[in-house]
Amino acid sequence: MTYVIRRLLGIIPILLATWTLVFAVIEIIPGDPVNLMLAGRPASEEVRQNERHRLGLDRPVVERYGFFLLRAAKGDFGESYWTRQPVAAMIAEQLPSTLALACGGLIVGVVLGTLLGVAAGTRPNSIVDSGTMAVALVGISLPSFWIGMLLIYVFGQMLGWVPIVGSGFPALILPSITVGLFLAGGLARLIRASIIDVMAQDYIRTARAKGLARWVVVYKHALRNAMIPPLTLLGIQFGILIGGAVVTETVFARPGIGAMLVQAVLSKDQPLVQALIVYTTSAYIVINLVVDLLYSAIDPRISLGKSA
Amino acid sequence: MTSIAGTALPSPLRSRQRRVVRRLLHNPGALIGAVILAIMILGAVFAPVLAPFDWDEADVGAHLAPPDDTFYLGTDLHGRDVLSRILYGGRFSLAIGVATVALSLVVGSTIGILIGFIGGKIDEIGARMVDVMLGFPAIIMSILVVAVLGVGVENAVIAVGISGVPRFARVVRAASLSAKQQLYVEAARALGAGNLRIMLRHLLPNLLPTLIVLATLDLGNAIISTATLSFLGLGAQPPTPEWGAMLNSGREYMRYAPWTMIFPGLALFLAVMSVNLLGDRLSQLLDPRTRERG
Repeated sequence: MTYVIRRLLGIIPILLATWTLVFAVIEIIPGDPVNLMLAGRPASEEVRQNERHRLGLDRPVVERYGFFLLRAAKGDFGESYWTRQPVAAMIAEQLPSTLALACGGLIVGVVLGTLLGVAAGTRPNSIVDSGTMAVALVGISLPSFWIGMLLIYVFGQMLGWVPIVGSGFPALILPSITVGLFLAGGLARLIRASIIDVMAQDYIRTARAKGLARWVVVYKHALRNAMIPPLTLLGIQFGILIGGAVVTETVFARPGIGAMLVQAVLSKDQPLVQALIVYTTSAYIVINLVVDLLYSAIDPRISLGKSA
Repeated sequence: MTSIAGTALPSPLRSRQRRVVRRLLHNPGALIGAVILAIMILGAVFAPVLAPFDWDEADVGAHLAPPDDTFYLGTDLHGRDVLSRILYGGRFSLAIGVATVALSLVVGSTIGILIGFIGGKIDEIGARMVDVMLGFPAIIMSILVVAVLGVGVENAVIAVGISGVPRFARVVRAASLSAKQQLYVEAARALGAGNLRIMLRHLLPNLLPTLIVLATLDLGNAIISTATLSFLGLGAQPPTPEWGAMLNSGREYMRYAPWTMIFPGLALFLAVMSVNLLGDRLSQLLDPRTRERG
């Protein structure tokens, strides 16, 4: 338990460093945010000064840095330059759609990746292996925005099987496949390598010698242990899911924080860009910690207190 | 004077290079990759000769025309030949990918070799910073950089290049940390070689195989990432015939003219896949952990 607490505390410097990096990058932005807000409308110097003061832009860098850290810690980045609404509320409104997409993509990716990885890893160097790995290679070489468009064209427009737009479950199918396919390619390679390692272990030979069916050995004995190395990378896969959301939401014109980020950058809506980047990177760090803590729960051989 | 340092790339290494290339092309996957990539590079280089039309030559009477005898892959909204634009686009997309990896490679390995070689406090702080940068999902990092620098091809290259820096820095740091302990470095030092000389003439050549593998594996990723930024409207802008930007324009009309979306994407996919095929095999041949003897 002390280990968990230590890990939780250890996350604070990492978050601070990340937020500092974001602040440092944003500080170098050329251009006056007030000009962006005015969007070409004429305004007197007095109005500009007032606005600058209201946004705290006339303070020294150190003060703004402290202010930024405070905002990041509270998760409050003020209001959007364009809609004048609190950015936190805007993001909260779009988040469920992105979470649904991320879950859908994760399910497609993990199921497909596991099936391909196991099929290849249990028969190394066979035709099945080379075929499956060729599929995985194609998977990671396909630009996901192109896959998205092809899926829309074939299943949405030519065949008309699934709706392309909408908010219900059917409209989630194609976007989830788009996100999942990319994930599956990388995962299949990891699981293959992992399964090959595990299948050479003594306890697998024991299980086989007991006369257990092959699929029982593979799915009940081998897979459980073989999933640990890929699982440790699941946190990193979250980064891929975010990237997938940015692209997929744009392709499918779905609402969500990925498409929102692209629009915020294009419209130079700084508070929104800052909030989205701080939220996603913080979530990424927290998720990686949770995954770290979780895989010890799956494999009792990993003892937390000592391994630290 | 250079008798010792001049042998930094001794002849056994050169013959190993030849052997690696031969073994590389012996592998069917890598051979397919090499052939596709060679065709695409030739197509891009000789685009002015090969392309039936100029990349911005618009035939107003034939907008969104389906593939036929004149326009082999159809035309786009402005009546521009899709095949010609894809050929010219290779000049952008492939060069952008290479430039991006070059940026990550140079900046990343400089940081890695410096902090790894100097060690001590600098290494401690440097390694921490690399870890924090690695903690950023790459696409978020590149979008953040575009948000700072503004939209455009050069900025997309810088953005994706920067997001690749920590990957190179980490690997090169680890490699130079371990290389530092090697006998040849000690020997060079005993002969009076300075830090810079050791890093450039002794350490770097030894890191070369690692760097080649990393760069090749990263190239496919760089081509996709820069094309993705262009597709999102954050990179190359129309009318540039960059593949990602072409796909962005093609998206709006794919219902009526799917060829404007299918063929640029196919070009992108083939380029990335051929690079990945080469990178996979190369890493098997050059990676010290899995390197095959012989």
